[in-house]
Amino acid sequence: MQTAVQNSSYADAAINRKLTPDDKIRLLREMHRIRRFEQVSLKFYNTGKMGGFLHLYSGQESVAVGTISLLGKNDHVITAYRDHGHALAVGMTMEECMAELFGKATGCSKGKGGSMHFFAPDKNYWGGHGIVAGQTPLGLGLAYGLKYKGLEGCCLCYLGDGAVNQGTFHESLNLAALQGLPVIYVIENNGYSMGTSLSRSSSYRESLAARAEGYNIEWDVVNGEDLYEVRAKTQVAIERAHKECRPTVLEIKTYRYYGHSVADANAKKYRSPEEIETYKTHHDPLQLWQQRLIEEGVVTPELAAEIEREARKEADASARFAEESPFPSEDEIFSDVYYEVDHQTESGRRGKHFFND
Amino acid sequence: MPLITYRKALNDALAEELTRDENVVIMGEEVAEYNGAYKVTEGLWARFGDKRVVDTPISEAGFIGMGIGASMLGVRPVMELMFWSFAYVAFDQIVNNAGCVRYMSGGLINCPIVIRGPANGGTNVGATHSHTPENFLANVPGLKVVCPATAYDAKGLLKSAIRDNDPVMFMENTLLYGEQWEVPEEEYLIPLGSADVKRAGTDISLIAHGRAVITCLKAAELLEAEHNIKAEVIDLRSIRPLDEETILQSVRKTHRAVLVEENKPFCGVAAEIAAMLQEKAFDDLDAPIARVSSLDAPAIYSPPLEKIQLPTPQRVVQKVLSIC
Repeated sequence: MQTAVQNSSYADAAINRKLTPDDKIRLLREMHRIRRFEQVSLKFYNTGKMGGFLHLYSGQESVAVGTISLLGKNDHVITAYRDHGHALAVGMTMEECMAELFGKATGCSKGKGGSMHFFAPDKNYWGGHGIVAGQTPLGLGLAYGLKYKGLEGCCLCYLGDGAVNQGTFHESLNLAALQGLPVIYVIENNGYSMGTSLSRSSSYRESLAARAEGYNIEWDVVNGEDLYEVRAKTQVAIERAHKECRPTVLEIKTYRYYGHSVADANAKKYRSPEEIETYKTHHDPLQLWQQRLIEEGVVTPELAAEIEREARKEADASARFAEESPFPSEDEIFSDVYYEVDHQTESGRRGKHFFND
Repeated sequence: MPLITYRKALNDALAEELTRDENVVIMGEEVAEYNGAYKVTEGLWARFGDKRVVDTPISEAGFIGMGIGASMLGVRPVMELMFWSFAYVAFDQIVNNAGCVRYMSGGLINCPIVIRGPANGGTNVGATHSHTPENFLANVPGLKVVCPATAYDAKGLLKSAIRDNDPVMFMENTLLYGEQWEVPEEEYLIPLGSADVKRAGTDISLIAHGRAVITCLKAAELLEAEHNIKAEVIDLRSIRPLDEETILQSVRKTHRAVLVEENKPFCGVAAEIAAMLQEKAFDDLDAPIARVSSLDAPAIYSPPLEKIQLPTPQRVVQKVLSIC
């Protein structure tokens, strides 16, 4: 396979040398699971089984899988609306995620959040946020909470290349450096902020991450095609957060195969089919990782095919689960608005909280 | 009972809650070393230190979002806005993140924060610093909105707001900071969602929140002295949750209502109360419901004109006479 990625020395990074063959296969399996989940969700979206937007992660799998594979007990994750990959990578089940897309009561947010709003606090996963860069101060706050409680941890806060021009991101960088917070901003640079290419949306000198320089924050640029590189460079940032309580900005170069969302009417206009094909053929992080593992003798082509089949089966089963699940009942509209009302505390019982006819 | 200022009552509430719960953190611009732009947090930094009382840069969207994120891990930030007018640069954080995160997570997350600061006109600072956003924040299911009118209420409500597990928007008034009321020394709480009869009467209900309550109390004195009209003054105290029962009880007794607010009239708090009254107390009403709000233009700077833009006791009296 022709690729921009040479088999780099990042495989020799300490954090990667620790990987057992099983670990490496698990990373491959995670990427296949995300890819298959997205394919199945697209299929059902196109048949009208789900509403709203569907921002697919296909092509970017190495980012979520590589970075999240490094996290420990006190490390947290928050992202924007292209959130399915991170959700599966932190350990959410395909069933709860697919059911959420279908708007079913068995969904991770009981059908109240939808595609852009997956959450699993028990897995340190804090969403799933719909407004571009709106999650960036929240990630900062998670890091603040860790520091406040004296825990050695960090928050990985993901954002797209289109989010770097929002004011809240810059406010967050300033606060992160000023207060010394263990937050890692991971810019998933897929080259397009919706239908506007990077060069038409952002003014920068060498990289988007280099903007961190102005805030006295360390930064790095990462080739997202290489899972070893993603892990090696993210680990440096995690150690900085854990040991020195300092932030980092990472820019991971990646690519998405589908439009901004499935509803992106111009998905095939602002970039050429050849460009997409080139990425799929030569830069696909999943295929590159699989090829790498075959070369290393960690997997056989047969095992790889089996892993892919299992992922497809799991995704298909999750769709059946979602289809068979009930929609939330009407009274669910008024639960989960106020904690105090849900728990019928003294505060929740006093005064009128809802103003219906 | 000692007389203390509205400002001191807030300060005492903050100090008591900082002492009670180690997860409570004060954050905001100039709240620590400067002692607060309006001195509400005076002395707290010296007493509780850097960890509990935190100066932030002028970066409302950033630090309010940070507080919301921290609250998801169990920290209980009480964030000061130097003016509630500055909330507008943090609107996405307040409405989308604080207001919706519980719902969108199917109840997995809650957001125990308080955002507090003055939300009032009448101080000659022009339109940008004179906003009263209680109506449009109360329009967001998921948020709670509180507007105390006295030192006693300010203290008891702020303590309840800090203990509440939902996001509470706490709106004070710079014109009241220096006013004094009786406040007991022993601890007390005032629950959200309970209105207060500030003056009993039989002839008309004056229903208000925030400083408009004080305006109504003055108007009630004039009405009694000059027109022999006994006005009852209802202080909403909390806009959402709203104590409809106390409002309805009063109107069922007096059969007339004038709604007074420093909010603008269009889609204001009084508009909501009026809709509720015509629906639930239509047969009890002997006259149309009337409103006295801020005059419907951006807050004017010119001091003498600004004084008449806000509701005055005289305007309230005139409105009462028009329906009595």
